[in-house]
Amino acid sequence: MEHTQRRPAGVARALSGLMDGLQRWLPKLVVAPTFLLVGIGIYGYMLWTGVLSFTNSSFLPSYNFVGLEQYAKLMESERWIVASWNLAIFGGLFIGICLLIGVVLAIFLDQRIRQEGAIRTIYLYPMALSMIVTGTVWRWILNPRLGLEKLMHDWGWTSFSFDWLVNSDFAIYTIVMAAVWQASGFVMALFLAGLRGVDSSIIRAARVDGASLPVIYWKIILPSLRPVFFSSVMVLAHIAIKSFDLVMAMTAGGPGYSTDLPAVFMYAHTFTRGQMGLGSASAMLMLGAILALLVPYLYSELREKRHD
Amino acid sequence: MKSFKRHLTALAVSAALMPTAAVQAGEVEVLHWWTAGGEARAAAALKKMMEEQGHTWKDFAVAGGGGEAAMTVLKTRAVSGNPPAAAQIKGLDIREWAELGFLTSLDSVADAENWDQLIPPMISDVMKYEGEYVAVPVNVHRVNWLWVNPEVMKDVGVEVPTTLDEFFEVADKLKAEGYIPLAHGGQPWQDATVFDAVALAELGPDDYRKAFVDHDMDVINSAKMEEVFAQFARVMSYVDDDAAGRDWNTATGMVIRGEAAMQIMGDWAKGEFTAAGLTPGEDYVCAPAPGTTGQFTFNVDSFAMFTLSEEEDIKAQKDLARTILEPEFQTLFNQNKGSIPVRTDMDMSDFDTCAQASMETFKSSADDGGLVPSFSHGLATTSYIQGQIFDVVTNFVNSNNPDPAKTTDQLAAAIQSAM
Repeated sequence: MEHTQRRPAGVARALSGLMDGLQRWLPKLVVAPTFLLVGIGIYGYMLWTGVLSFTNSSFLPSYNFVGLEQYAKLMESERWIVASWNLAIFGGLFIGICLLIGVVLAIFLDQRIRQEGAIRTIYLYPMALSMIVTGTVWRWILNPRLGLEKLMHDWGWTSFSFDWLVNSDFAIYTIVMAAVWQASGFVMALFLAGLRGVDSSIIRAARVDGASLPVIYWKIILPSLRPVFFSSVMVLAHIAIKSFDLVMAMTAGGPGYSTDLPAVFMYAHTFTRGQMGLGSASAMLMLGAILALLVPYLYSELREKRHD
Repeated sequence: MKSFKRHLTALAVSAALMPTAAVQAGEVEVLHWWTAGGEARAAAALKKMMEEQGHTWKDFAVAGGGGEAAMTVLKTRAVSGNPPAAAQIKGLDIREWAELGFLTSLDSVADAENWDQLIPPMISDVMKYEGEYVAVPVNVHRVNWLWVNPEVMKDVGVEVPTTLDEFFEVADKLKAEGYIPLAHGGQPWQDATVFDAVALAELGPDDYRKAFVDHDMDVINSAKMEEVFAQFARVMSYVDDDAAGRDWNTATGMVIRGEAAMQIMGDWAKGEFTAAGLTPGEDYVCAPAPGTTGQFTFNVDSFAMFTLSEEEDIKAQKDLARTILEPEFQTLFNQNKGSIPVRTDMDMSDFDTCAQASMETFKSSADDGGLVPSFSHGLATTSYIQGQIFDVVTNFVNSNNPDPAKTTDQLAAAIQSAM
């Protein structure tokens, strides 16, 4: 009797224990595939690339370790130096100009103007295009025989000259132009959202104190938008460092290799020249550059948040 | 085909339908990037010939002219132990694949068909690894061609130049009349193609081979090489300012329309003239690149054969190798592609005059040593050294004050570092 009574109770306890266990494990089970994919797909391959950068892998991976030889080769490669400088020029100008244009446009749009929705959409639309389309269109516009220069000549301004795209000293700036055109509307949208979130009572209080509108924006509103700056720089910096498609579509790294960026260098050496070791070394340096920039930035931003 | 080199590529894999099972039906899977125009027709012809022999053709076409996308797919397949029967691999890359043990010997077919007699040794060397055939050559492109618009030349009253000095003279006159003397696209491989021709003209076949095949530093880092760069800079000065990034076929279009007078480019350029409805010898002229008369820079497309396990598939693979070198396919394919057959015993009467001239030079240069592998198209050296040379050459072309002496040092250092 006792025996038969205890049994259902035991089953129920076991069942509820199982349910508890399941409840505890279910979330972990659900996210496990994602973690696995991220773990292998991102960190696993990152590690593998790191390993390959110490080998003499040619067009297939090999595990013949040669120490830092690939890094030494990279440092001697003039093309890598050009690519790195280009990244500095491109990244710096791209992020700087995008932020400037984005902020200014956002402030103008914030003045409760008419047709704001339509204008906002117009500025935001370039972001809807892929970099390949942007690159191709700008290549046509800037090509001296097809685009702007020809148009001006046809209109009678024959002394007009704009050959940056085919001039190896200036071609990198045309890439900046196209990238800024594409991304500044997005920065504007971010800042506009931020501006709308600013408590209007602060502005009114400042007005009462006699502050002019520029001063209010410069001293009060923009400093309060620090998180927006933070996200914009994050987004723009990673667009800049991974930039590949824009360069391929606009100049394919040319004239010569004057518009090479590290990502283009990495692709060319790993996949078309059969120098996987060298390509991996360049990929590791790109990773290093991203970490060197972002880790201190993230650290300072996140730490401050905790103080608040 | 090169026009797509820089473009992003689409991946298209289509499998042929299984025909009714023949007795010893093997399957050949062929990786190629002949997906457009005459090349696609040629590939279809090969497929038909294989099917007539009772085999199944599994098409493994990966679009993207230069074959970069195809190579990436091939690496994945080979590493995972599932390679296709044949893949379009050329030049020194064949040796690299063979070194890794992926390729199979074709000597049973080669001996039976007497390949050694049919193919000039310069080319069969490229197809062999440790004395055994591991690849089949499909065609021979001549790289050192000069394509000329005769009407422009007539208008200015000049003849087609045969030496570099004549070229400069002619180009000056053309320039004075407002023509672009040399049509060119500012892409690294095109820069290298012109450099290839100038280097052959200045160095001659023996020193060309020493420099780009053997990498003899005495030739690479020499006054002669400085002279090559100086002449090369002079040739490139006749290119218009907007050449950067231009595709080769756009440059050919400039010659066709009479905006430009000449172009130095391999014989795949003929396809553009043919497509425009022009006849060789009348509407356009093909001449050896200035200073390289009687010499022949070759670029050979080939299929490397991978090691397979199934008995029937191996039979099909060998049949494929044999079929590729048969006169029927050689004629059909090369007429479509603009190149010439690899076999020197072919009847050329069905080919156009450019191809006939090409074949004549091919045979004579194979005998007198004027036949050299093109470094700019991967036949002379490994892809790393080729890449390094490309960098130096294209940097020189795009430099604002090109310095031949400094560039020669750079070339030597670049080749040394890649060796």
